[in-house]
Amino acid sequence: MAFKDFIFRKSLWLFHFGGASCNNCDIEILDCLTPRYDVERFGMLLVGSIRHADVLLVNGSINHKDKERLLELYRQAPKPILVVAIGACGCTGGIFAGGYPFAGPVDQIIPVDAYIPGCPPKPEAILSGIVQLIEKKKTEKAHA
Amino acid sequence: MLKDLFYFLVYPGLLFAGVAGGFLSWFDRKITAMVQFRKGPPLLQPYYDFLKLLLVKETILPANGSRGMFLLAPVLAVFGATVACVLILLPMLGFHTGFSGDLIVIFYLLAIPSLMYILGAVSSGNPLAAVGASREIKLILSYELTFLLVVAGVILKSGMSIRMTDLLMTQETGGAVIGSVSGILLFIPAVFCIQAKLGLIPFDMAEAETEINHGCFIEYSGICYALIKLSKYILLLTLPAFLAALFMNGLHWDGIHILWSVLKILGVVLLLTLIRNTNPRLKIHQAMKFFFLYMNLLVIIAYILIALGI
Repeated sequence: MAFKDFIFRKSLWLFHFGGASCNNCDIEILDCLTPRYDVERFGMLLVGSIRHADVLLVNGSINHKDKERLLELYRQAPKPILVVAIGACGCTGGIFAGGYPFAGPVDQIIPVDAYIPGCPPKPEAILSGIVQLIEKKKTEKAHA
Repeated sequence: MLKDLFYFLVYPGLLFAGVAGGFLSWFDRKITAMVQFRKGPPLLQPYYDFLKLLLVKETILPANGSRGMFLLAPVLAVFGATVACVLILLPMLGFHTGFSGDLIVIFYLLAIPSLMYILGAVSSGNPLAAVGASREIKLILSYELTFLLVVAGVILKSGMSIRMTDLLMTQETGGAVIGSVSGILLFIPAVFCIQAKLGLIPFDMAEAETEINHGCFIEYSGICYALIKLSKYILLLTLPAFLAALFMNGLHWDGIHILWSVLKILGVVLLLTLIRNTNPRLKIHQAMKFFFLYMNLLVIIAYILIALGI
């Protein structure tokens, strides 16, 4: 079991879901893959199909149409899958929280493992969030 | 019987090819990272990826697909790649079995993985996978002719024998095929053919991540995708080794020759990686034109030069 956990932590493949985003968070997520930040050194890759994904990155406010798609994606993802809510909109809804198309922050739709707040969060913040997610997996294993 | 199983499963078959191919995959990714001024993944990354897919992840079957074929295709792809690898490496490493390296058999075995990717993609029932499969079929149609002509050219150069042992023997006495002008002209199309066989950029239109989301492999997850990864690793060892046998006097596993053998394989992979990192993805009709027109033209010029003895 410990071995499986170790391998899982070493090779997290990312799938990016943008809700009704203003595109800032999307750009900052892509920044993490550029030479300056380079998440591939942690074994992370951006994949194009949810079937290959280990981490679902969700950003942007989730409206009613996005909610259906997000639920469908979560159902289609091979388990175990981690969900990371990125940006103020992903974590709480941000300035859209009171609006009529808003369908609740991400954690009221699917279980979320990590929150990375910010509008938009810096790439450093995203990397630190990812490292904390890995650490969290480690401590969970230690407690279990 | 036990010996054959050992050849197939351990050395130079599944285990050896998987481990060596994984290392080559890491080499490819590390060079890519260095080209882009990044740090790149750790050495064990391909093994982590493979084991994660194999042990940790759930395998999902498509609801609207043909499940039997969907599950069988990756297994047969690994099988085809491994058999091709064994049959290429056995004569080259000097194992004395009944098989002396029939080039036509090897040529057809090398086509099995691509065909299995197509069958798996079509049986998944996903429209994007179908687009990927149709592109892969067109790609196969364009490069297989060139590849066959290249192999025929090498046969022509080394005394009309389709046995790999004879081919290696001729190169041993008469110098490597790549040492002549016609040899170099044959080597260029061969490199592009294996680039297309491995599905690397500029010929990765069948699994283009940005437009059709991994195309052929979009529905694969868990164990099935692990097997596809494994077949890719094995092919990444097999095809450069085949090229080394055809053009560079083969591989030898004794003394200082070990170093040269490893350098030959790494050199070919380095060439593939550099091509991959300095080119954009082609459209499918551009790829067909590239092989049908330009690469076949190069091969024909090489034939003329061979006839003239250059």
